[in-house]
Amino acid sequence: MEQTKSIMIVGVGGQGTLLTSRILGGITTQAGYDVKLSEVHGMAQRGGSVVTFVRYGKEVAEPIVEEGCADVLIAFERLEALRYAHFLKKDGVIIVNDQRIDPMTVVTGAAEYPEQIIENLSKEYQVVAVDAMAEAKKLGNAKVFNTIIIGVAAKRMNFTKEEWLQVIEKTVPPKTVEINKAAFEAGYAGA
Amino acid sequence: MAINRTEYRDTSIGVITSGIPYQYVREALPDASVLKLGLVHPLPRKMIEEFASKVETLYVVEELEPLIEEQVRSWGIKLIGKEIFTIQGEYSANMLRKAILKQEIVTKEPAKVPARPPILCPGCPHRSVFSVLNQLKIHGAGDIGCYTLGAVPPLNVIDTTICMGASISMLHGMEKAKGKEYIKDWVALIGDSTFLHTGVNSLMNMVYNQSSGTVIILDNSTTGMTGHQDHAATGRTLKGDPTFAVDLEELCHALGVQHVKVVNAFDTKLLAETVKEEVARDAVSVIIAQAPCALLKSNVSKVKCVALPEKCKKCGMCLKPGCPAITKQADGTVKIDETMCNGCGLCKTQCKFEAIETVPIA
Repeated sequence: MEQTKSIMIVGVGGQGTLLTSRILGGITTQAGYDVKLSEVHGMAQRGGSVVTFVRYGKEVAEPIVEEGCADVLIAFERLEALRYAHFLKKDGVIIVNDQRIDPMTVVTGAAEYPEQIIENLSKEYQVVAVDAMAEAKKLGNAKVFNTIIIGVAAKRMNFTKEEWLQVIEKTVPPKTVEINKAAFEAGYAGA
Repeated sequence: MAINRTEYRDTSIGVITSGIPYQYVREALPDASVLKLGLVHPLPRKMIEEFASKVETLYVVEELEPLIEEQVRSWGIKLIGKEIFTIQGEYSANMLRKAILKQEIVTKEPAKVPARPPILCPGCPHRSVFSVLNQLKIHGAGDIGCYTLGAVPPLNVIDTTICMGASISMLHGMEKAKGKEYIKDWVALIGDSTFLHTGVNSLMNMVYNQSSGTVIILDNSTTGMTGHQDHAATGRTLKGDPTFAVDLEELCHALGVQHVKVVNAFDTKLLAETVKEEVARDAVSVIIAQAPCALLKSNVSKVKCVALPEKCKKCGMCLKPGCPAITKQADGTVKIDETMCNGCGLCKTQCKFEAIETVPIA
């Protein structure tokens, strides 16, 4: 690979952005790339806006992704996709979980949740929107929606399905390996 | 690897740097020669003089104040530094590309979107305490921990936060400055971990100096904010070995507090009665509001809350404590996100119409 790839994973604290960045870190490291991850900690489980960066290539120095530099934006929630869309390159791809989680500013009436986020983002970027929550419920565990999204993203990256499944097995909590693998397969097949 | 090291590449640009800016330099100027300092004081003068003599243009790239730059300049070495780099904020590769390579980098304006500030987790026992205090219109002198989030809407309880232990001292100070009546609608709020860190001495001082304030210890059996470290009252060392556990109630008694009440943080009715009683009391009192942190692995809920739209009167009472798992839908009824709910049941206690029930998790 010539160019360093920059991926951003964004979402609401508690949605599994950190676990996802670890899976992406795992697969890229396993493939022999130089990889840098960085994470916004602290608020990760407290419902705040969370962003993590994954950069991989032959040699990577800077651990963060700058505005206008991301190749892929993986968003676990619509509003968070919109919040970070300006970090994408011109031809960047957004993979977004088509779900709405109201921030407290909206709940208390101090702000309004923007309408038609996916439609508006689609005017400027390549957007892949997936209702991963509905898919996850079909599998019997709503919490694995994030692994479905990883499956969707995986389809657009140069690693084999088996490599992905291996990393997922190593990264997720042991009790949830099977359901996470099923979720990945669902995302990968549907993508 | 040497603590301070030089990396000679193209010598038309040489950069002295240290720490994270080194990564930005490598990203923006991969061909430049670099002197990477592992130790910025004392500076390796000979090494720097040699490096400076070998490169054509020398830059010092350091965030914030020109610590390295000023010292190197004082030795008569010519360099470029803060005249082109800011003394504020974090640096980045793009910032160096603009400043050193004069590259024009156009970025898009971020979309104007509602902020998503951090909030207390679903199932957090602090939310229950704040919701009671909010209903009683009680002010809180706050402290350092997750519960500092009780300052923001919709909870709006905490009015002051300075440093660890200051909640108790602030309340005490307010009373000394403004009199007993002034703090009749105030409490000090401090977590169990913070209390053991620097609250004990302040509480002792309150008793000694005949205060009448009420202190609520938010006892969630851990150090929540920084990631579940054990503390002197958990019965485990930081390595997880069993050890002596301080009994908070006994400790307060030992400091001379006569009135110590232990209440389940989720028993909103009893908590409200206790708070009313204790703030009215003409003596120091402590309420220990107990319930474990919702994220403790030993505290996985066996139930979750479910909203029953057919019974919902759309009054919005359940939304008042600001639990992120509950959202109002277009028709005015509420929905509880099953992946987020930790089953604490605070929303259920707010509902007068039995439109929320707890069900076992399959």
